[in-house]
Amino acid sequence: MDFDWDDETQRFREEVRQFLAQHLTPELEDRLYQQGQTHDDDFAAALGERNWIAGDWPREGFDLLGGAQMHVLEEEFARTEAPYYAVSTSMMVAKVIRAVGSDWLKSEILPRVVTGDVTIALGMSEPEAGSDVAAVQTRARAVEGGWMVDGQKMFTTNANITDFVFLLARTDPESERHRGLTTFLVPIASDGFEAQAVHTVSGERTNITYYSDLFLEDRWRTSEVGAGWQSLMMALQDEHSAPFCAHLGRALDAAEQWAAEPGADGHAPIEQAEIRRRLAKVAMDLEVARLLERRTCWMESIDEVPIAEGPMSKLFSTEAIVRGAEELTALVGPDALRSRTDPTAVQAGRIEHLLRFSLGTTIYAGTSEVQRNIIAQRRCGLPR
Amino acid sequence: MDLALSDEQQELVASFANLLGKSSSPEQVRAAEPRGFDPALWRTLVDTGTVTMGVSEERGGWGASLLDLTLVAELVGRAAAPAPVVEAQVAARLLAAVDSPIALDALGRVLAGEQLVSFAVRPATDGVAELAPAGAVCDALVVLDGDTLRLVPVSDANRTAVANLGSAPLADVRLGEGSILMQGPAAVDRFETAIDEWLILTAATAVGTGSIALEIGCAYAIERKAFGSPIGAFQAIAHPLADDATNLDGARLLVQEAAWELDRAADRGRELAAMAFAFASTTAEKTTYDSLHTHGGYGFMLEYDIQLHWRRARGWPRVWGDADAALGRAADARYGRAR
Repeated sequence: MDFDWDDETQRFREEVRQFLAQHLTPELEDRLYQQGQTHDDDFAAALGERNWIAGDWPREGFDLLGGAQMHVLEEEFARTEAPYYAVSTSMMVAKVIRAVGSDWLKSEILPRVVTGDVTIALGMSEPEAGSDVAAVQTRARAVEGGWMVDGQKMFTTNANITDFVFLLARTDPESERHRGLTTFLVPIASDGFEAQAVHTVSGERTNITYYSDLFLEDRWRTSEVGAGWQSLMMALQDEHSAPFCAHLGRALDAAEQWAAEPGADGHAPIEQAEIRRRLAKVAMDLEVARLLERRTCWMESIDEVPIAEGPMSKLFSTEAIVRGAEELTALVGPDALRSRTDPTAVQAGRIEHLLRFSLGTTIYAGTSEVQRNIIAQRRCGLPR
Repeated sequence: MDLALSDEQQELVASFANLLGKSSSPEQVRAAEPRGFDPALWRTLVDTGTVTMGVSEERGGWGASLLDLTLVAELVGRAAAPAPVVEAQVAARLLAAVDSPIALDALGRVLAGEQLVSFAVRPATDGVAELAPAGAVCDALVVLDGDTLRLVPVSDANRTAVANLGSAPLADVRLGEGSILMQGPAAVDRFETAIDEWLILTAATAVGTGSIALEIGCAYAIERKAFGSPIGAFQAIAHPLADDATNLDGARLLVQEAAWELDRAADRGRELAAMAFAFASTTAEKTTYDSLHTHGGYGFMLEYDIQLHWRRARGWPRVWGDADAALGRAADARYGRAR
């Protein structure tokens, strides 16, 4: 066994850190936080220039990045809260187009996703369809030359700034559940499209998107008619192997720095046995989360499908973020209440922000309850 | 990164699984209670080199790594084996690391299978090693007494066996004179190294305890019906078990990472070993509880095997201390000792 990344991957991590030091400036960080944005055009373009958006796809003039390098890239982006969420949702959809999209879509979309010029938001959840995404009611009705779309989507994050929404819609009105669904790209410039801001506890802006008598040419269809479920699963395949725990790593770093600084009495909090033990507990959770995430990445590298291991890593990491954020704010004490935007905040408010941010992590990309269902069935062999 | 076991490691696992399957069945485990020691099993383990496999080849062992030993320890935990494998392995490695005629002589008797030498995980207080692992059945015990590492001969004359929750062969052992193995800071350092090893191997047994408990619990949840369906279909039953499965995978990875780190004498060995103990023992406690609870009233009956594992999940690790004690040790390694 070997628990280290190889030298090449370690060197690559350094390269990513240098890139972030150059492109993720404190000014950009502040602006993104103030606006609740998780995307920046210039940052995305700089990623594209290095071919770090679709690094594991062949592209002329660039070396392929391996799975380990892609994982390390995402770890560093997550740790620094780099604005790459729209880029990553775009890639989820690009993978679907690459696998089952028309030749026209491939040539129209893929080259521009790879460079960061085109971004795509995910339009799956609805007011009455969250974890149970097969309950979608948004309709696409066949009309001459294309489709007429009506409905609404929840949590269409970035749809106010992306070029497209990847839409899951019911194309067979008689159908139920997983059948009769089809996926499309909806240009957000279309008549009948509207994005309404939704503000969240973490400070991030997301959207409700509305589709009213929206006409869509058939060329924007990204799956066979009725095969939308399969294309959706393709898009979501890699979602639970994302390196969530890097967020906790950064907050732990911040808490450890706080603990090492002498307080008003001249003593650093780290001198107290209680504080040391509580920090070590968070560090332990982080270590386990990191191992489970890396195992998922490693399994993929040897062409094993992490059917239960992916959900395990998503479940453990995000639950560890929630636990860890509560623990870190509690041990810092009253000063941890000072907000991220306040000049007096402890460690620039990173810990306070993680506490709010943590709430979303156990919900999106499949709630903890959905992950437990999958693990219970696939690992424990329990009945549905 | 490579998280796969080597071919040799897979063979090691297969052969020990086979051995323990034959010689440490639940019936045999029960027959060895309450003392928690099966002489026939112990003889088999000694004869196959289990005790000395972790000793270097130049000292007469196999030169197995700590990582290899964790694989064996997990199986020992799974089987609830009535045999003090971990303590004896740690003691043998310690004796092999001490450059003195007394230590080499004792190691020689261990290698020859003539003596069972164990390791007291807590320093002696007032001339007594309390709840010494394998104290009830060993011939000698390595004990830290102040800053002196002693090899203490043990017999019925100086031990009091203690019936205990985990059905382990524990005893309070009066030290008497004994032989001095090492003295001073080097002795304390060597003791701490042995503690790292004991923590990591005991953590591995806890992963084994948790794993068998989870399997027993899941099998019961599939078979048992209530309110018209298998109880495993109820999320209130299934979700804790899914958490346990996840924690066990994490615990196993952490144990292996810690062993790998100690094997290459890297910086984080002590920290990770203590974390592995804290995480694995907590996981084994919760998993054995969830599994026992899944059985309803049957889980509370001695007749069902789950109670064997619930007791060991608590009894085996806590002769040293609990998860908080291990986190304190991890913190000392991570942040330096508190002033």
